[in-house]
Amino acid sequence: MFSKKTRTLFIVPYLLWIFLFVILPILLILWYSFTDSNNHFTLANFALFFKNGTFLKMMLNSFWYALIITVVTLLISYPAAYFLTKVKNSQIWLLLIILPTWINLLLKAYAFIGIFSNGGLFNQFLHLFGIGPVNFLFTDFAFIFVASYIEIPFMILPIYSAIKEINPNLIQASEDLGASHWQTFKYVLWPLSRPGVESGIQAIFIPSLSLFMLTRLIGGNKVITLGTAIEEYFMTTMNWNMGSTIGVILIALMVIVMLVTGKTRKRKKVNL
Amino acid sequence: MKKIIYSILGLLLVCAGLAYCVHRLDQPKISTQKKSLIIFNWGDYIDPDLIKKFEKESGYHVIYETFDSNEAMYTKIKQGGTAYDITIPSEYMVAKMKKAHLLDKLDLTKIPNLKNINPNFLNKSFDPSNEYSVPYFWGTLGVVYNDRYVKANEIKTWNDLWNKKFRHQILLVDSARDAMGLSLVSLGYSMNTTNPVRLKLSLTKLNALAPNVKAIISDEMKMYLSQNEAKLGITWSGEAHEMMENNPHLHYLIPSPASNLWFDNLVIPKTAKNKKAAYQFINFMLRPKNAAQNAKYIGYATPNEKALRYLPKNLKENKQFYPDKRTLSHLEVYRDLGPKTTQEYNDLFLEFKMNAR
Repeated sequence: MFSKKTRTLFIVPYLLWIFLFVILPILLILWYSFTDSNNHFTLANFALFFKNGTFLKMMLNSFWYALIITVVTLLISYPAAYFLTKVKNSQIWLLLIILPTWINLLLKAYAFIGIFSNGGLFNQFLHLFGIGPVNFLFTDFAFIFVASYIEIPFMILPIYSAIKEINPNLIQASEDLGASHWQTFKYVLWPLSRPGVESGIQAIFIPSLSLFMLTRLIGGNKVITLGTAIEEYFMTTMNWNMGSTIGVILIALMVIVMLVTGKTRKRKKVNL
Repeated sequence: MKKIIYSILGLLLVCAGLAYCVHRLDQPKISTQKKSLIIFNWGDYIDPDLIKKFEKESGYHVIYETFDSNEAMYTKIKQGGTAYDITIPSEYMVAKMKKAHLLDKLDLTKIPNLKNINPNFLNKSFDPSNEYSVPYFWGTLGVVYNDRYVKANEIKTWNDLWNKKFRHQILLVDSARDAMGLSLVSLGYSMNTTNPVRLKLSLTKLNALAPNVKAIISDEMKMYLSQNEAKLGITWSGEAHEMMENNPHLHYLIPSPASNLWFDNLVIPKTAKNKKAAYQFINFMLRPKNAAQNAKYIGYATPNEKALRYLPKNLKENKQFYPDKRTLSHLEVYRDLGPKTTQEYNDLFLEFKMNAR
């Protein structure tokens, strides 16, 4: 239809996009992280990061919270996704799950502030049983609850499509051959749905590393992740070099997570 | 290979095209008609009626743009491409902008109305003899308390905040300088301390406050305190004024022995295009009646002595916002501490936040 030359032209807008908004910014961040405020090459920023206990603790903190959020969402999403493949009108259910993602994140955060506050829905409910106002806002519980709530759709969808693709005959065969429910899950369902779980984990763990609006609004700045530090270095102290260094380390962490969760498993022999 | 060369050439061409567009777009902005005055101010920090009045009186068209932090404003002006005629930084930012040569030196003979300002608020350390800035509003750092839960005499000094009975009840303003500052003051040090040992000490002291701190937030504090979500809040007098309008149970006080005295100031950036209008505007805002109208609208304390006459009694005699001379003499103005110490304050504050759980 088109000549080869015109066809290559089609890729230009996308190339431009990638170059201007992906490659160039990463290069800029790298440049900033390896220079000091006088544009001289230095490794001091990285040395500071790894020497300073606060940064390391913050990194562990980010990892820890991201891990908890991922585990919580996985525990809720896997059974839900399995259930969705079995129900009749799964399209409506799916729509209901996707619907909240159409609402702005900030609005959802503010809604939760209302729900968790002293006079809010949660406490009014507890009040019915004579349990008097419990402080939910600005706690770890509230932070993990809200973060998980927001991430759940992104976990359910890939798992749902992975399970949906499994041939139901395989499950039946497994059961016919005398496997218990647990064995069917462990040796058939779980390995075959793994790709979905992996992409779900990637879609949640990686953004969770730098959640920073929620740490402020729901966590009351008492939950600190690397995102908070980056914001402070860029906006308050205007030390862009150190801010970029934290950014580069965050990118490196994300790449590691991608590699660990994405590696292809070799087929292994199963001993029942 | 050819493809790569083509695509690189294409990219370069587009970049050049974009650069040209930017150039074209910037030009009309810089040579804006001499008929407009561009003000870069904090959100909701001037009575809009005054802008209308100024437009009517002077014939200039006022363009009003807003920022939400001193740092954001600084970055924007420093990066260039702007033509703001007036902006309103806080005192430490005046010093910083002065150092970075971003401010135009004021010709005080063109601002006769400066005589209306209380001399106590002129000639401050951040700008000796007001070469670059004119005070706009001033205020303090203090404590907002809810009289349903806390009695006024329960908080006399900063140290009272460390009391165990306020466990999990304090909202702390998310600002390194203020949080570290109140800790320094409680130890008897200056709020402009640069001694690293003293700063470390004040971090230890601040860490001890952590169990009492419910959250470290900025703008949302107004909402939480108005809704009785916490008993105490550490914030600026201007913010306090806004909360108190929404909730009559809230009161503001300045704990002893000392606190911060802050100023927001009118300045003219170097990039200003319509300096004549800028001077006219400064004079306009310094007129006692206008200053009073603005102070009534915003609720902050005005440094304009002559304007006090036009303010209602309950406002100007309110000790919470117009503290007496004795309290005033104990207040300290922040100095610009330079990038290294500023970083130190922020690093220590970040460490505090890390351990605040």
